[in-house]
Amino acid sequence: MEIIGGAIAIGGSIFLLLGSIGIIRMPDVYNRIQAGTKASTLGTMLSLVGLFFIFPGWFGKFMVLILFVLITNPVSSHTLARAAYFIKVPLTKITKVDKLKEHLTIDESRRAHLRKVKINKEGE
Amino acid sequence: MFIAIAIVIGVASLIGGYIAIHHEKLSVAVIASGLVSLFASIIFLLLAAPDVAMTEASIGSGLTTLIFFYVLNKIRQRND
Amino acid sequence: MVNILLTIAVSITLLSIVITMVRFIKGPTNVDRIIAFDVMSVSSIALIAFIAVLSNRIIYMDVALVYGILGFLGVIVVARYLERGL
Repeated sequence: MEIIGGAIAIGGSIFLLLGSIGIIRMPDVYNRIQAGTKASTLGTMLSLVGLFFIFPGWFGKFMVLILFVLITNPVSSHTLARAAYFIKVPLTKITKVDKLKEHLTIDESRRAHLRKVKINKEGE
Repeated sequence: MFIAIAIVIGVASLIGGYIAIHHEKLSVAVIASGLVSLFASIIFLLLAAPDVAMTEASIGSGLTTLIFFYVLNKIRQRND
Repeated sequence: MVNILLTIAVSITLLSIVITMVRFIKGPTNVDRIIAFDVMSVSSIALIAFIAVLSNRIIYMDVALVYGILGFLGVIVVARYLERGL
């Protein structure tokens, strides 16, 4: 049982190592957010599950810690990516599609159209 | 084992302190000081003082970063 | 046997912290440095849990709990500062 726990903990730390290698080698801010946050979340959760196999009596603290990491880490990465997009950090050269930009321009043109319609109605 | 962890974390903490002193942008310096606080918390834990480590984590990494960025935001709004 | 496996896991985690430090030193923009800070704080949660199991004391896990809440708070504050919304 303990040896299974140790093996799972080693797997989690290997995921942490892969996440940090992704942070070094990716060409772009957004790719670095993607690589770093997902891999580190999975790595930390796997490490804590492996340690739970070694000490089953500490169930409560491991459970609360896994829940914290699972809730807070995607929220922080989402906020960071949103801030990086709106302060115009450049995308990499090999980017093919930018769906958010199309969405924002469509939204802006529709909003301008609605404003014009409203002004015309008030003018009548 | 713990001595090896302490050596690696201590060297990383020294690098963070050097960045915090010698970088020209203030926001990078504040983030680096938060990083030094994180590593100092691990070193306090290795020295078997979990209460000091908890205080260092909450004050140094949470409250100090929040207050510094609040003040930097005030300065930026006044300059605009 | 378990101690050997945990020692290997701790050394891989330390290696990942050191590799992430390189991105913190190089990082062209502020956002890169904050990503590196985030990954280092999550990795050190795992490191603190390993230290707690290796030294067999449950009180050390409380430090990891405090870090789980407050590292998140620091990243949110910096992101809102960059977006001019703090």
